[in-house]
Amino acid sequence: MILEVLSNLNESMILSESSVWSFSDCVYSLRCPLSIQGKTMGAALARAAQWTAAGYGTGTLQITPLNEALLNQIIKFAEDFSTRHPQEAVVVFKEPLEWKTQLGCSAFGEGYEIDGATVKSEAKDEDGQPLLLLTASNLRVRNFDQLSRLLQIAMEKKLKEAQACLEANRDPIVKILGPEYGTVEGEDKSMLHLLEKVKQGDDPETEKKMKIFILLHQLDMQLLNSSLKHISQDIRLSPAAVNNEVNLLKNFSGKGEDTVLESLEYTSDYTFSNGCRAPPWRQVHGEICYLIIKPHDTDPLCITCSTAGVFLNGGELKSKGDIDYERKSDIYKDIVTFLRERSPRFVENMAKQQYTFFKEPTYEKNYQRVEVVDAKVSGQSQNHYDYTEKSVHEKVKSSAAKSKSTDKKKLEPSMKWKNIGLSAARSAKAAKNVNEEQRRSSSMSTKIKKKATGISSESVKMQSSLKCKISDKSEEVSESSSETEEDEEQPVRHQEGNTDLPSEYWGIQKLAKYLKGGNPTATVIALCSMRDFNLAQETCQLAIRDVGCLEVLINLLDTEEIKCQIGSLKILKEISQNTLIRHAIADLGGLEIMVKILDSPDKDLKCLAAETIANVARFKRARRTVRLHGGIKRLPSYRLAIRTEGMIENLVNNLSSEHEELQMHCASAIFKCAEDKETRDLVRLHGGLQPLSVLLGNSENKQLLAAVTGAIWKCAISGENVSKFHDYKVVEALVGLLTDQPEEVLINIVGALGECCQEPINRAIIRQCGGIPPLVKLLTGTNQALLVNVTKAVGACATEPENMMIIDRLDGVRLLWSLLKNPNPDVQASAAWAICPCIENAKDAGEMVRSFVGGLELIVNLLKSKNKEVLASVCAAITNIAKDEENLAVITDHGVVPLLSNLANTNNDKLRRHLAEAISHCCMWGSNRVTFGESKAVAPLVRYLKSNDPLVHRATAQALYQLSEDPSNCITMHENGVVKLLLTMVGSTDETLQEAAAGCIANIRRLALATEKAKYG
Amino acid sequence: MSAKRLQQLVEALSRSARHFNKSEVECLIKLFDTLVTASGDRFGAVGFDRNMFRDTLHRAFGMTDDMVMDRVFRTFDRDNDSCISVEEWVEGLSVFLRGTLEERIKYCFEVYDLNGDGYISREEMFQMLKNSLLKQPSEEDPDEGIKDLVDIALKKMDYDHDGKLSFADFEKAVRDDNLLLEAFGPCLPDIKGSLAFEKKTFKENRKL
Repeated sequence: MILEVLSNLNESMILSESSVWSFSDCVYSLRCPLSIQGKTMGAALARAAQWTAAGYGTGTLQITPLNEALLNQIIKFAEDFSTRHPQEAVVVFKEPLEWKTQLGCSAFGEGYEIDGATVKSEAKDEDGQPLLLLTASNLRVRNFDQLSRLLQIAMEKKLKEAQACLEANRDPIVKILGPEYGTVEGEDKSMLHLLEKVKQGDDPETEKKMKIFILLHQLDMQLLNSSLKHISQDIRLSPAAVNNEVNLLKNFSGKGEDTVLESLEYTSDYTFSNGCRAPPWRQVHGEICYLIIKPHDTDPLCITCSTAGVFLNGGELKSKGDIDYERKSDIYKDIVTFLRERSPRFVENMAKQQYTFFKEPTYEKNYQRVEVVDAKVSGQSQNHYDYTEKSVHEKVKSSAAKSKSTDKKKLEPSMKWKNIGLSAARSAKAAKNVNEEQRRSSSMSTKIKKKATGISSESVKMQSSLKCKISDKSEEVSESSSETEEDEEQPVRHQEGNTDLPSEYWGIQKLAKYLKGGNPTATVIALCSMRDFNLAQETCQLAIRDVGCLEVLINLLDTEEIKCQIGSLKILKEISQNTLIRHAIADLGGLEIMVKILDSPDKDLKCLAAETIANVARFKRARRTVRLHGGIKRLPSYRLAIRTEGMIENLVNNLSSEHEELQMHCASAIFKCAEDKETRDLVRLHGGLQPLSVLLGNSENKQLLAAVTGAIWKCAISGENVSKFHDYKVVEALVGLLTDQPEEVLINIVGALGECCQEPINRAIIRQCGGIPPLVKLLTGTNQALLVNVTKAVGACATEPENMMIIDRLDGVRLLWSLLKNPNPDVQASAAWAICPCIENAKDAGEMVRSFVGGLELIVNLLKSKNKEVLASVCAAITNIAKDEENLAVITDHGVVPLLSNLANTNNDKLRRHLAEAISHCCMWGSNRVTFGESKAVAPLVRYLKSNDPLVHRATAQALYQLSEDPSNCITMHENGVVKLLLTMVGSTDETLQEAAAGCIANIRRLALATEKAKYG
Repeated sequence: MSAKRLQQLVEALSRSARHFNKSEVECLIKLFDTLVTASGDRFGAVGFDRNMFRDTLHRAFGMTDDMVMDRVFRTFDRDNDSCISVEEWVEGLSVFLRGTLEERIKYCFEVYDLNGDGYISREEMFQMLKNSLLKQPSEEDPDEGIKDLVDIALKKMDYDHDGKLSFADFEKAVRDDNLLLEAFGPCLPDIKGSLAFEKKTFKENRKL
C-alpha cells in the first residue's frame, strides 16, 4: 500500500484497478484517486507487485515534495521502532530486506564487525547469522532493530537509503512476515490467517508478528491519510476522460428497453489537437466539449463537459447552430453522476448494466490530473493559481447569474435616487425572505439527500436546485473559495455554512437597507458605518455581495452625490482585494462608471476611483474594459496626482517596510512615475535612493528585484541621483546582478547601468568590477527592449578609451554593427548611437570599420529609414566614419551624399544637427561639396540657422563653411540670405560657431570681391 | 450707505471674516444691500429675516430642507435677534463658503444641535433624519427604521457612550471620516454651488 501511494504519486494515473470494489459504488470509485478503500495491507501488496509488472516507469521513486514527506514518515516509523516496540524489533524477518546502499564500511562503528568491505552486526540470530550484513555495497537487514540502527547511522543519507530500500523491496511485508501475509487479489485473508494462528496460541512469535502487522497497517493508514488530501484536490476531467465516458455510454445506448440512454452525441465533430471540441474561446473557460443526451424519460439535455465537471447549459440555439453556454445546473463530477440526477431510467438501467460497464479495463486510465488539460487548453503553461482564479471566476459569473435570476423580480428597479420608489422597501423584505428560505432549505436538503437517488425526476430536480443554492451559499460563507467539491462528500459543511451565518452578515444586511432605501444623508451614515466592519475579511466582503449591496454600491457611483460616491468607493476599494468581488464589480459594470469618475473635479473621488480600478483591473477582461472606456488616458494624469499629493514620500517610506509585496508595489510605482524629473527629485529628497539601493541585496524575490531595478533605472536619469547611487555603490551591485536574471530584471539593470554610465566615474567602476564582458555578451540577445538598453550601456561605456579596448577585444563593435540589421528601429538607432563613441575611442578605428564586410554599405542604406531617431543616429555614425578618409571614400561610393541631401528638408532639430555635422565631414572628399550643391542640400541648410537650437547653429555653420569652398554654393547661400544670419552668429560666445560663421562669410566675400574684380578690374 | 461707512465696514469685516479679502467683502456687502433692498425694505434695510434668508439659500445653493435652513439662519444670526445683519452675513458666509475643517465642524455641530444645549441628542437626530427614509406602507412602525438609523449613527459617533453626541464626539467622528461632517443633513453648499455663487458674486459685482 505504501508503495502504491508512492507509485501513484509518480504516475499521473489516478485510478487503479478496482475489481474489488462494489459495483453499486461505482460512481464514487470512478473518481476515487486511489484504491483507498481501507483494504488491508495484503490487497495493497498485491498491487505493489503490479507496480513492477505493469512497468510503471523505471521503478524508481522521484523525489517530489509529497514523496519525500511520505518517505520521512516511513523513516520515522522505522527509526523509532526499536525504542517503541523493543520486543517486536528483534523479530527476525522471514527474508532479509536487501538493497544497494551508499553507505561505506566506515559509517559503521560500535556493534559491528568490520572486515575489509564486509560489515557484520554483532547481533546474531539463533543460527548465528548476523542480522545485518554488508558485502561490497549490498546490504541485508533482518530485523527492525538493525533497521532502526542503520537509519541512525545513515544520518543525512536516510532518505536515499529508505528510497533505495523501498525500490529494491517492492513487497516489504512479504519479506518481513512471510508470503502468507501477502494476499491474493480480491480477498484479504491475512488478518484472519493471523487470528487463526494466534488462536492456536502456542507460538509467541506469532503474537509479535501480529503486532508488527498491525503497526505496519497503522503506518499505512497514516500515510494514506496524509497523502490523500493532496491527491484528491487535483482531480479534474480531461478530454480523454470525457471521451472515454462518452464512448462507454454509447456502447450502452440506443433503441430498446434496457439501454441506459436513447442517444448521446457530441455537438461538434471537430476535435482540436488538445482533444477538446469546444471552440477555443470557450476552452479558456475550461470547457472541453458539449453533448446532446437523450435519456429515455426526459427531454433531450444539452450539457457542457468542462475541466470542472459536467453541467447543463442553455441548449442549442436554433438560429445560429450555436450553444447557449451559460450554466443552468449544478456542476457534477462526470456525465454518469449528472445523468443519475436527471434520469431515473438511467439509474435503473445502469444497475442492470453495471457489471459489464465497469469491467472496461481502459476506463480507469483516463482520469488524469488537471494540469495537463489546462495547459493544453490555454496553449501555454498555466499554473494552478491561474486555474483557481478562472474557476472562481466562473463561479462568480454563475452566482451573479443566479442572483440576477432570483433577485431580479424583486430587486430590479435601479437603486439610483431618482427612481428609488417603493422598490427599496420591497427589496429589503425580499432579502429577508431569501434568507429564511435558505435557512429552511438547509435543513431540508439533508433530509432529501438521505432519500435514495432517483425516485422521480422532479424530486431530483428539486434536490439539485436546492443543493445549488445551498452550496453556493456555504462556499461563499466558509472562507475557502478555491475549489468546487462534490456536494455528496460534504453535507456537513453545507449545514454549518447555513446555520451559523456570521454576525457580520446580519449587520451588513441591516446597513444595506439604508443604502437601498435611504436618502443621501442616511446612505452616508450607512456607508460610514459599514466601514466599521472588517472589510479585509472575506466573510464581510462576500456578505456585502450576497445581500445585494454590491449593486447598490456601484449604482451609488452613478449618482451626482459626491459623498455617496466617496463612501461607496472607500468600501469598494477595500473589498476589491477579493478576487470574487473584483469579478463581480466588473460584471456589474462598475469599471465603466469608475472610469467616468476619473473626470470628476473632486480629487479625493478621483483618487479613490483610480485605486479601485487598479484593484479590479488585476485580471485581463477588466483591463480591457478600462482600456475600451478610455481609462488609460485618464489614468496617466495620476502620475501627476501621485506627485502633487505627497504620495512619493509615502512610497519612499514604505520601501523600508517589512512587507516584501508592499516594497514591491512602492518600488514599481516609483518605477512608473520617475519618468518625471520632479518625481525623481522628490524620491531623492525624501531619502528614497538609499532604501532602493539596499533592496538590491534581496535578489531572490525576482518580482521585487524587477521593481527595484526599474525604479533605480528611472531615478538614475537625474545626474544628482546618480551621484547618490555612486555613494551607495549601486553600480557595483548592479554589475553583480548581471548574470542569471530573468529578462524583465535584466532590462532594468542594464537600463540603470546605461544611465549611471553617463557619469565618467561609473564607467570606470563598471570596468573595474568586470561589468563590460557580461554587457557585451548581452548584445547577442533577442529581446528588443533589452537590446535597446544594452546598446545604450555599451555605448556609454565606450566613451572611455580603456573600456573601448575591452569592448574591441570582445568584438563588441561588430556585434553592435550587426544590430543595425535588427528590424526594430529603436534597436537600430540605439546601436548606431553606440557605434559613435566606439569609432571615436577605438584605436585604428578606420581599419576596424573597414574590416566589417558590407558594414559601410549597411549603414549608408539606413539613411533611407523613415525613423527620425534612426536617421539622426546614423548621421552621427557617418560623421565619425567620415573622419577616416578611406572610409569616407567608400561611403561616398555608396552614395552617401545624395542620401544625406535628401534629408535636408527636415524640421527636426536633432536630425538637423547631426545631418549638418555629417555633411560638413563628408565635404572633405573629392567633389562632394559640388555634389551637395547639385543635390540641393545648401538652401535648406541656410534655413537651419533660424532654428532655436544653438547646437544646430554650430553644426550648420561648420557645414556651410565647408560648402562655401565651392563658389556655386556661395551663390546659393547668398541668394538665401545667409550673410545676415551668419553675421549674428559671428557675435556668438561659442568660438567654434564664431569661427565657422566668419570663415563662411569670408569665403562668400572673397568670391564677391573676385567677381567684382573680374567684372571691373 | 455712505462711502465712508462702507469703507469702515469693509475694513472691519475683512479682519473678522478672515477668508475674504477687501474687495470680496465689498462685493458681499453690495450683494447684501441689493438683496435687502429688493425684498421691499420691510426691515428698514437692517438685514435678512428668516424667510428672505431661506429664499436666498434656496436660490443660491439649492438648499431645500426647511428645518436645516432654519438652523442655518440661527447659526448665522449670532445675536439671536431673528435678523441677519450685514456683519453676520459676511462672517457667516466666510465659514459657509470657505471655512476650514475646524470651522465647518463647529458650524455643522451648531446647526445640528437644535436646542443649543451643546449636545446632539437622540431626539434631535430623529428629528433631522425622520425624512431620510422612504415611507414604507407595509411597515408596521414607520419610525422603526429611523430609530434604527439613529442607533447606527450613535454607534458610529458616540465615542463616550452617553447616548448623545457631544461636540468632542462629533469632532472626532468627522476627523476620522470627513463624510460625517454633514451627517444629519446637508447644511453646507456643495462644491459646484459655492463655486457658482463666488463666481457670480465676486466677478459680476466687480463690474458694477
